[in-house]
Amino acid sequence: MLSIKNLEVSIDNKVILKNFNIEVKAGEVHAIMGPNGTGKSTLANVIAGREGYEVLNGDIIYKGKSILESKPEERAREGIFLGFQYPVEIPGVSITNFMKTAVNEIRKHKGLDPMPAGEFLSMLKEKKKIVEMNTTLASRSVNQGFSGGEKKKNEIFQMAVLEPQLAILDETDSGLDIDALRIVAHGINSLKNKDNATIVITHYQRLLDYIVPDFVHVLYGGRIVKTGGKELALELEEKGYDWIKQEIDI
Amino acid sequence: MQDNTDKILNDVTQNDYKYGFVTNVETEIIPKGLSEEVVRLISEKKGEPEFMLDFRLKAYRHWLTLKEPEWAHLSIPEINYQDVIYYAAPKKKAKIDSLDKADPELLETFAKLGIPLEEQKILTGVAVDAVMDSVSVATTFKSTLAEKGIIFCSFSEAVKEYPDLIKKYLGSVVPYTDNFFAALNSAVFSDGSFCYIPKGVRCPIELSTYFRINAANTGQFERTLIVADEGSYVSYMEGCTAPQRDENQLHAAIVEIVAMDHAEVKYSTVQNWYPGNKEGKGGIYNFVTKRGLCKGFRSKISWTQVETGSAITWKYPSCLLMGDESIGEFYSVAVTNNMQQADTGSKMIHIGKNTKSTIISKGISAGKSQNSYRGMVKMTKRAVNSRNFTQCDSLLLGDKCGAHTFPYIDVNNKSSIVEHEATTSKISEDQLFYCNQRGIDTEQSIALIVNGYAKEVLNKLPMEFAVEAQKLLSISLENSVG
Ligand SMILES: Nc1ncnc2c1ncn2[C@@H]1O[C@H](COP(=O)(O)OP(=O)(O)OP(=O)(O)O)[C@@H](O)[C@H]1O
Ligand SMILES: [Mg+2]
Repeated sequence: MLSIKNLEVSIDNKVILKNFNIEVKAGEVHAIMGPNGTGKSTLANVIAGREGYEVLNGDIIYKGKSILESKPEERAREGIFLGFQYPVEIPGVSITNFMKTAVNEIRKHKGLDPMPAGEFLSMLKEKKKIVEMNTTLASRSVNQGFSGGEKKKNEIFQMAVLEPQLAILDETDSGLDIDALRIVAHGINSLKNKDNATIVITHYQRLLDYIVPDFVHVLYGGRIVKTGGKELALELEEKGYDWIKQEIDI
Repeated sequence: MQDNTDKILNDVTQNDYKYGFVTNVETEIIPKGLSEEVVRLISEKKGEPEFMLDFRLKAYRHWLTLKEPEWAHLSIPEINYQDVIYYAAPKKKAKIDSLDKADPELLETFAKLGIPLEEQKILTGVAVDAVMDSVSVATTFKSTLAEKGIIFCSFSEAVKEYPDLIKKYLGSVVPYTDNFFAALNSAVFSDGSFCYIPKGVRCPIELSTYFRINAANTGQFERTLIVADEGSYVSYMEGCTAPQRDENQLHAAIVEIVAMDHAEVKYSTVQNWYPGNKEGKGGIYNFVTKRGLCKGFRSKISWTQVETGSAITWKYPSCLLMGDESIGEFYSVAVTNNMQQADTGSKMIHIGKNTKSTIISKGISAGKSQNSYRGMVKMTKRAVNSRNFTQCDSLLLGDKCGAHTFPYIDVNNKSSIVEHEATTSKISEDQLFYCNQRGIDTEQSIALIVNGYAKEVLNKLPMEFAVEAQKLLSISLENSVG
């Protein structure tokens, strides 16, 4: 589904990612961990097509095609979803209206007519249940005045509505209380199927107790320096990143 | 990364007015220029009674002593008032026999705005008498109003049919001495609307100039007078979201509203006159004087406006809160793009006790436009225990436009409270990317964000108007290709 080869990315002339490689297949869950400031969010943004990043080398192949030239909205319509580390507030725009616009844009891309209002509203209702989102929250403006945890829940709610093929969740677990973490993780799991793939970026192995990854990658120095199974996350939790740094920084 | 956003915003908002259409109208005109003779001629052509001619002449003589106001944050090209034609009676509209023959681009715009087919026919000049539905709508409309004793007619008709009401209220809120443009309008106004709601009557329908078929072509020097008698209510809608082009560059309208005890008037405007091209050539100069007098106890007047058109807008819908416990409201969205200039806002003059006013102004500037809010709140000595709340927000799209705020606050008693809040914001790259990431392109993202920003005001519009106004905001900021 996603194949990143030899990717080199800079921002403001500073190289953040270099020799970055990853291979993600349908049905898989990948976890990416790594110290602060190593480029995890950068990676997520570059896959989603955010402007301001310069791709100096390599390629991003999604569903068999290079997407480097596609606009962010085109990538989104093709099924790439980014759960933001810091979701932004959009005053005055209700979540319902926002989602309606998004859903219909994606449908238009697929050659479908806009979803009838009734059908859309009952679909929203179903999806709200998945993340146990309360109704008053859903009628408010996008992220405006939401608590940190509510913003993250809202990201997963949107993911549930849009049903992406490739979801990249950037620290969706940070800022969540224990119950919310369980709910969000349950939401992510219930959206998982054999045709979609998930990349979770996280600092904590506790999320991986709920969402069991097929692979855990450690990002350091702009590339993946170690890949393992779930046990790698446990090891990191125990020892921190220093042992990896020592292993790498020869 | 803000540079980047600016670039995107600039690209998206550099659009031309898409609605360039001119209907050829056969007219009876008088020579250019303004003189006492011309004023007499206008009055005569309209077959007006003596008192109207007197009013016009006094206004004209006063106008001669005035100079154009210069305090606005506008650069107004010199206007040669002797080069204007002050009277043109519409004879016959050029007619086409079906919508298929109308400008396709215009039809596309109508479709985007969601304007009903019948209305499209009228706007494109499809022979109106062939439009059965609209005629019957207008007829049922008239009889509904008549049953309630509501008067709603053209100003010319009112001068003849209801001279006593006109004599009593004409110029009672906006005297011809008020300002340069008010004097000019008073001398030469062509036509407009008159509306009277009798005691205790709630007007059951939104009154709209659209239903008054003879309202066409009175745009240049229009005059509206609305009188709401004790305990009555009316909601009045002016203009339409449909594009309006006029060969007359200079527009100077007057709207006067009087509200008696417990009466309420809601006045909503959508203004979409031709703004000129991208370089700032052409476009309407719109100098409007709108004022409401809350004359009675607990009377209430609300102004709601969505302004997207005109090259120059000079407009300050105001309320004189004379009655005790009266309420004045002003809700405004003003969009300027390309080379447009707007200096708009409100005046709330508190005279009665326990009076209340609210001003919510949302300016949106794009392109190289200049958008100014100018507002005055005055609490007189008598106006004890009065309150005003003003919120004045500016949204900038791109970095070549300007937003300015000019508040004037004058409080002459100790028990009144005036609150003023102002914010300036930009659409951030973060917001755009967030929307893009959900599959929404940049143009539509801007439309979403702008509509969200203006929501508080749009919510005040009558339902059907609000839906159209939302689409209008998007279109006004849309790219010409797309
Ligand atoms: N717009 C920018 N301009 C300059 N430097 C940037 C910009 N965005 C990110 N960086 C830098 O790029 C590096 C990688 O940042 P990134 O946000 O990808 O890290 P991260 O791995 O997601 O960190 P965290 O775990 O703290 O979320 C950091 O050093 C950061 O300061
Ligand atoms: Mg990050």
